[in-house]
Amino acid sequence: MESAFSSADLSAIWLTFKLAAVVTVILLLVGTPIAWWLARTRSWWKGPVGAVVALPIVLPPTVIGFYLLVAMGPSGPLGQLTQSLGIGLLPFTFAGLVIASVFYSLPFVVQPLQNAFEAIPERALETAATLRASARDTFFSVVLPLAKPGFLTASVLGFAHTVGEFGVVLMIGGNIPDKTRVVSVQIYDHVEAMEYASAHWLSAGMVVFAFVALLALYTLNPTGRRRS
Amino acid sequence: MRSISQFSARLLIFVCLFVAGQTAHAGEKITIAAAADLKFALDEIVVLFNKTHPADQVETIYGSSGKFHTQIRQGAPFDLYFSADIAYPRALKEEGSAGSEVQPYAVGRIVLWSPSRDAGRMTLADLADPAIRKIAIANPKHAPYGKRAEEALKAAGVWEKVEAKLVYGENVAQAAQFVQTGNAQAGIIALSLALSPELAKQGGYMLISDKLHQPLEQGFIVTKRAATNPLAQAFASFMAGQEARAIMTRYGFVLPGEVK
Repeated sequence: MESAFSSADLSAIWLTFKLAAVVTVILLLVGTPIAWWLARTRSWWKGPVGAVVALPIVLPPTVIGFYLLVAMGPSGPLGQLTQSLGIGLLPFTFAGLVIASVFYSLPFVVQPLQNAFEAIPERALETAATLRASARDTFFSVVLPLAKPGFLTASVLGFAHTVGEFGVVLMIGGNIPDKTRVVSVQIYDHVEAMEYASAHWLSAGMVVFAFVALLALYTLNPTGRRRS
Repeated sequence: MRSISQFSARLLIFVCLFVAGQTAHAGEKITIAAAADLKFALDEIVVLFNKTHPADQVETIYGSSGKFHTQIRQGAPFDLYFSADIAYPRALKEEGSAGSEVQPYAVGRIVLWSPSRDAGRMTLADLADPAIRKIAIANPKHAPYGKRAEEALKAAGVWEKVEAKLVYGENVAQAAQFVQTGNAQAGIIALSLALSPELAKQGGYMLISDKLHQPLEQGFIVTKRAATNPLAQAFASFMAGQEARAIMTRYGFVLPGEVK
């Protein structure tokens, strides 16, 4: 067992979980207002905005990777912004991977939240308003408890989808140990170098992780029992 | 409604013609898996080869030599395999996955390349300059050009100073692309790529002494599945011909039987 994971594998595992955790927290903060707006608005913009949010589901990761690489490069708009702020360039950095993953996993957080918000009856919000609850009160005492299953689904899917990211990381990561060499890339390198035993350990670990994550989701959050 | 059915009818005819066209194609087709450093040179060679074999198709796929080696072992449908490291086709030959002898076709060279500064006047020691924040090389774990780049940096005594700045491309072409997009300020890439029309107009290069690294001896095989395929054999002999050799030389490859 002691040779199952090398120290490079362990640092890739740690990096992957750190990336997924940071991305999930950011996505819950960013995704909640977007999902709320999408759930409640009657604006003409609902369709276009919803479509933009869903784009990463259908776009090949290479498209996202290519545009991010160019946009974050020295002559791209993001690259010029980060350079003028003194941050330098984002490709091949952990921060760059976080930004890419936020784009890449956005729909997996926004869509479950949007569904949960849409399921909250208008009357619950009206009642809160007649009791003179502030918007903040309403959100924490009415919306949050009612949408709890949605938040759980969003967190698990956002986290798991980020762990499963490969193509985008390969294109903008640069494969740097402890910064951008995540588990999926590490597996790819093991396979290319014909280190099949190491590839097996990491791959089997990913299968177990994915299964447990989804099992937890379906056990804690049975969709059939949700009432709206 | 009528226009829709007319449209469907036309579409159906088009699809039938397309399918018929595919099956009516009389010639042979071969697929070549080639190391990324051959991208431009081999594309030109294939164009020349097609002129003498107009009915046949030659498809090329570029990537890292290590990846293709693994894929061929697992039965990938490639008819020829051009590797930037002759050790890979030799290993396939030993396992019985080859349909020909291993043919050395070139010795590759590595260069320091940068579009943003005058790489022609640089030395490997200059890579320690803090203005160079990222240096791209191919992944030394499985890409031959990456291995040689690492050896050269170590032999030049700058490895410790630059290791933290290295970013690794999946193959040497991706390493070049990291530099080309400006995300890395310099890179160690194949001479054949630095001489390609696309990169040559963007900046100079410095040839790295081949005393600093093991030779990049490159070799190809016809794979086992194509052992009796006449088109694959024809392409293999075309590689040894004058026209193909002239193109390889133009892209900076040193050819077998040539004195440097």
